[in-house]
Amino acid sequence: MAGVVTEGVVTEGRRSRRGPLARREARAGLALISPTLIVVLVMVIIPVLWTLMLAFQNVRLINLRQTGLFGNYTLENFTNVLTSPDFVSSLTSTLIYTVGGTIGSIALGLVAALVVRHPFRGRAVVRGAMLLPYISPVVAATFVWEVMLSPQFGITNQIGTKLLGWKRAVPFLSEQTGHLSLFGAHVNVPTAMLTVIAFEAWRYFPFSFLFILARIQAIPGELEEAAKVDGAAPSQRFRHIILPQLSGVIAVLAVLRFIWTFNKFDDVYLLTGGGAGTQVASVRVYELLTSQADVGGAAAQAMVLAAVLMVCLLGYFALLGRRNKEGSA
Amino acid sequence: MTDVTTERTETAPRVRPTAPKRPWTRDRAETLLFKVLRWVVIAFFLVATLFPFYYMVLLSLRTIQQFLLDPANLSFFSKASAGGYTAVLKPASKGGQGFLIFLRNSGIVAILTVLVTLLVSVPGAYAVSRLKFAGHRQVHALFLAVYLFPSILLAIPLFAFFTRLRLRGSLLALVIVYISQTVPVSIYMMRNYFETIPRSLEEAAMVDGASRLVVIWRVSLPLAKPAIMATSLYVFMIAWNEYLFALLFLVEDRAHWTVPLGLALLSGSVEIPTTVLMAGSVILTVPILILFYLTERLLTEGLTSGAEKG
Repeated sequence: MAGVVTEGVVTEGRRSRRGPLARREARAGLALISPTLIVVLVMVIIPVLWTLMLAFQNVRLINLRQTGLFGNYTLENFTNVLTSPDFVSSLTSTLIYTVGGTIGSIALGLVAALVVRHPFRGRAVVRGAMLLPYISPVVAATFVWEVMLSPQFGITNQIGTKLLGWKRAVPFLSEQTGHLSLFGAHVNVPTAMLTVIAFEAWRYFPFSFLFILARIQAIPGELEEAAKVDGAAPSQRFRHIILPQLSGVIAVLAVLRFIWTFNKFDDVYLLTGGGAGTQVASVRVYELLTSQADVGGAAAQAMVLAAVLMVCLLGYFALLGRRNKEGSA
Repeated sequence: MTDVTTERTETAPRVRPTAPKRPWTRDRAETLLFKVLRWVVIAFFLVATLFPFYYMVLLSLRTIQQFLLDPANLSFFSKASAGGYTAVLKPASKGGQGFLIFLRNSGIVAILTVLVTLLVSVPGAYAVSRLKFAGHRQVHALFLAVYLFPSILLAIPLFAFFTRLRLRGSLLALVIVYISQTVPVSIYMMRNYFETIPRSLEEAAMVDGASRLVVIWRVSLPLAKPAIMATSLYVFMIAWNEYLFALLFLVEDRAHWTVPLGLALLSGSVEIPTTVLMAGSVILTVPILILFYLTERLLTEGLTSGAEKG
């Protein structure tokens, strides 16, 4: 009896001693995080739910003021979006753009990190120059590209036609399909799409570069030294020592870049305005919202976009999980 | 005869040392190849990243006639003129493009965004890294959600919302929207840093009887200064460069345009010379570059800290 009582007292005493502190900490934590939560709730979560509601309503810009919580709900927007002939082509261009941009920017970032990983004179300058595309404002960067690629007076076409013997100036940003003859073979290339992907890779490789470089420099030097002593050639050392160490950071970069490129609006819109086969999904949402003033349609299209992204990510994580399991087994 | 043969056998061992010491292995061939290739690649990256900006500055210093007459001229030393800059900065009433007002607007928006973002995210980052509260692990998922949805999706209801409040054309509305985009990434950047500050420092102050808020203000914040600086710069860059929300919210009133919006909208017009707009691009880009290179190490470390852990 006495033992039980003292045991109870002891646990109670401990709880009451730890309780107030933990509770005070929890209260302080909630108080400090609450401004953040309010911002995210008001500016992100409620808008997303609102978009979901708008997607099921027949809302146009003119009657936006009258629509409330209890409007007439309909599936019309979704059937319109999904049956539109532009839907498939827009989705295809989005996926091509996203995959191309993601792979391009990570590959360039990896190469850039590999060439500056060992110290040399002027390394800081080279490293600084490589960050330029990423930090410069997108509007300025797209404007310079536009002028550089202009068919009339752009420097690229000047050099191409005067020095490299191109037969005609190439309208890089306004030509949907170009014809390329290489060694007598004629190939059709999606000119504008490739240009937009090149821009994406150029602008965002510094992001991958920074992360990959940070990771490479954390690899212990002994690993590579040991491989060198064993006679491994540089390409073998890269394949078997460096690359496995980078797989984690590259997987994370792939997810981040995929999400961001998939949702990208300004780069494409500023370069081509969504023309010449580059109408990616977010540009289409914008067109629906502004030039067609179809708020409900835009919301439905945006929701479909988010759903497709979610499916892509789930697929990616499932693939990654299975590979990891196989690797450990 | 015998002499010759002996000479031969004698010379043979002498020749051998001058032959390659190391055999021509894959290792050696590759090492040489990559040594050369490395500099080729570095040169390629330098041209690809620097040339567009060189071209930008170059054109901004030409007159439109010079440019159209000889568009392939890349020499920096042919008759520079600052005419583009005065034309782009002059107010619209005096025949210029009024970029001075755009600069002011961009500055106001960016600075306000930085201040409010810090006010919200510093306590948030501290709470996430230090304090145990219900759901402190779930906060990450919440932030991921912010980036999962395209900003165009958020733009639709926010556009409707601010239209109803009749706030849509104001710079304040833009600041509020930007905060929602910058708070999550700020918390992410600062949280990593707070975690590197030893807890014992704070605990010592607590034992001395300081309250939690005093500890944060006197101990944690001064220690976290580099991270706070880096975050401020990053947020400033986001707000300064942003285009989509500025376009949706401010397009109707030229007096409220930011620099990116002004440049993008004016570049669609045929009447304004390309060289003048190039001057505008330089004006838009230079403040960011100066800020960035003044604090480059701070910023890149803030962004990638945690990447080392793999």
